[in-house]
Amino acid sequence: MAGLSFDVDTGVSDKEANAAFKKQLNKVYGWYTGGFFIFIVVLAILEQMGMSRGAIGLVFLLATVALYAGIGVMSRTNDAAEYYVAGRRVPAVYNGMATGADWMSAASFIGMAGTLYLTGYGGLAFIMGWTGGYCLVALFLAPYLRKFGQFTIPDFLGARYEGNLARFVGILIAILVSFVYVVAQIYGVGLITTRLSGLAFEVGVFVGLGGILVCSFLGGMRAVTWTQVAQYIILIIAYMIPVVWLSVKQTGVPVPQAVYGFQLQKVTEQEKKLLDDPKEKEVIAIFKAQSDALAEKLKDVPAALKADKEAAAKKIEDLKAANAPVAEVQAAEKALAALPKDDAAAKDTWTKAKAAADARARPLAGMPRHAQQYAGDPNGDAKAQKTYDESRRNFLALVFCLMVGTAALPHILMRYYTTPSVKEARQSVTWSLFFIFLLYFTAPALAVLVKYEVFNVLVGTPFDKLPAWVSAWSKVDPSLLAVSDINKDGIFQLGEMRIGGDIIVLATPEIAGLPYVISGMVAAGGLAAALSTADGLLLTIANALSHDLYYKMIDPNAPTARRVMISKILLLVVAVLAAYVASLKVADILFLVSAAFSLAAAGFFPALVLGIFWKRATKWGAVLGMLSGVIVTFYYMATTQPWMRGLFNVTSPVADNIWWGIQPISAGIFGVPLGFAVIIIVSLLTPAPKREIQELVELVRYPNIVPAKA
Amino acid sequence: MQVSENHQRYWQKNLRITAILLAIWFFVTYVIGFFARDLNFTFFGWPFSFWVASQGSLVVYVVIIWYYARYMNKLDQEHGVAEEE
Repeated sequence: MAGLSFDVDTGVSDKEANAAFKKQLNKVYGWYTGGFFIFIVVLAILEQMGMSRGAIGLVFLLATVALYAGIGVMSRTNDAAEYYVAGRRVPAVYNGMATGADWMSAASFIGMAGTLYLTGYGGLAFIMGWTGGYCLVALFLAPYLRKFGQFTIPDFLGARYEGNLARFVGILIAILVSFVYVVAQIYGVGLITTRLSGLAFEVGVFVGLGGILVCSFLGGMRAVTWTQVAQYIILIIAYMIPVVWLSVKQTGVPVPQAVYGFQLQKVTEQEKKLLDDPKEKEVIAIFKAQSDALAEKLKDVPAALKADKEAAAKKIEDLKAANAPVAEVQAAEKALAALPKDDAAAKDTWTKAKAAADARARPLAGMPRHAQQYAGDPNGDAKAQKTYDESRRNFLALVFCLMVGTAALPHILMRYYTTPSVKEARQSVTWSLFFIFLLYFTAPALAVLVKYEVFNVLVGTPFDKLPAWVSAWSKVDPSLLAVSDINKDGIFQLGEMRIGGDIIVLATPEIAGLPYVISGMVAAGGLAAALSTADGLLLTIANALSHDLYYKMIDPNAPTARRVMISKILLLVVAVLAAYVASLKVADILFLVSAAFSLAAAGFFPALVLGIFWKRATKWGAVLGMLSGVIVTFYYMATTQPWMRGLFNVTSPVADNIWWGIQPISAGIFGVPLGFAVIIIVSLLTPAPKREIQELVELVRYPNIVPAKA
Repeated sequence: MQVSENHQRYWQKNLRITAILLAIWFFVTYVIGFFARDLNFTFFGWPFSFWVASQGSLVVYVVIIWYYARYMNKLDQEHGVAEEE
């Protein structure tokens, strides 16, 4: 990495300097990619020579975090333009890569293929939603925000909607959205660090955090941008290699994206067989019987608990009377002690156990048929029709929320301030989506290939002949993968496996028969995805506080150095706070991520788009529109989502609060139209914005109009 | 800074291309999505609507953004509103 420098010579024209800078970047990252491959090869050789798995994991963890920290140290800066927007000279391609890494979180890298494996067509809502949103970014936001040319999203709101009120609402929404999202990322960092190094989860969280901080703390947007490019390169290589290998193994073709349609056909045929398979039905019947027994107990909890306790006590006495071996008596005593303590605990335990048994007492281990669009049947009875309609409505609503949310996440929009020109901002969106596309286009293929492997290699195999990765992973974490011979026939049935989505990506190298070094690389890729997103988010939060709240609202005369210093301190505080929240392992991380999208969509999208496209939009319209959008979205979640209901102590039945059968994950579907409606109505009722504001709108629309005072 | 007639024509053209591309985006995402169950014919192995949701729509999105950038960068030149570099 010698000769790496992110400074440009001054004294030549901007255009020439930018071209020279881009050339230098090509060279640096070319060497870097080559170096990464050599690193993998060296580790692979060491593995053959007997290096242990733990050591390989640790080397990956330390080497990548040290690399990111190194880039952070090299790009350290105290200059405001460098710190906030990387000096506004990031070429379109590199901004695209950085946005790609910024965008693709642990959820995309690790969770996505697993979700697709478990839900089939339904999961494609995430694929479409998280890519199609960039059309909205490109058409409605990126070029105009770049032309506006400040530092943050609240900056735009403050300037366009006359003053600090709109800015302040913007700050609140930006922090709410980003904080929710960053907690989920840090959680992901902790999970992967733990897996790579065997450290405790809480320690893992803080080690990962160190990597994040060195980078964004020292160099702000500048360091984050160049690190994110490096992280993108690692994560895309790590994602592709195992999938391509698995594809070669199954089909002989190294382009999984082109051929998995045929694998999908085979999976669909196999699904038909499994649905009729008597052995699978046997397993389902056993779970059904368990569920029924529990339902019986739940009808009269006190009596059932009493009966259980008496039965357990009687067994101990019988064993003692029969002079049974001590071990058996002790086991029986343990069983008695393990029974729920009181009626409330019994009800809780049994309800959970019943839900678990119900979940497994379904055909295909609870997975819908992979290629089937929507649940239910439009030509079936009334119930099937209703299921079909709601399933389709929820799918489309989720796509909508994810798309609009994508176009409203402040840490993504902020990236388009960093390009040298409006022209490059437009091209940069193309590159962003292209680099994101590479991964999203592959994830559905991976899901189908793994499913093919499970259906054709695992199902029907005797338990003692299952591939080694099955037992290896069920030892690592039983919540990710657990197999047990439910119907005692010695043969593996699909219903006898419980699988967590996250394992799909992590286990693919082993499923494909690759050496452990590739598994280490995949984990490092997941770490890169989580770290890069966390970096961008932390920076957004710290900037909202230091630039928008402190500099623009509290002390407009603050010198640059102090602003940057305050931003750095806040970054540290926010990061530690987020790590603390993540280490509590708050329930339902996936829900938090989706909630961030719905909230961002309802809060920012209407105000930003109308601010650019409708001169008549006024301050009060925007403020009330943003607030009402966020509030209605939040309200809907709070009354319908189990975890939020618990948090706010909502007791009325969920069915009373559900509107048109929409799931809480898509709450933004109500907030976004409401936000638009409120902005339009209130704007028409209030006087038109001042002349200067109308001129600002002209300014962002035409690339060549320069502001009156720069 | 005065907004000339030239500027207004430029903005009208921008709005037109934005509307057209948005219509394509809407069709690929929501119209095909709405009729997904009916568009189930086999397409290189995939059911057609499955393929659209997993690949076809993504390709269309990339093309939409690429085309918009190209069109607008040209339009800037034609109307003389491109920024100086």
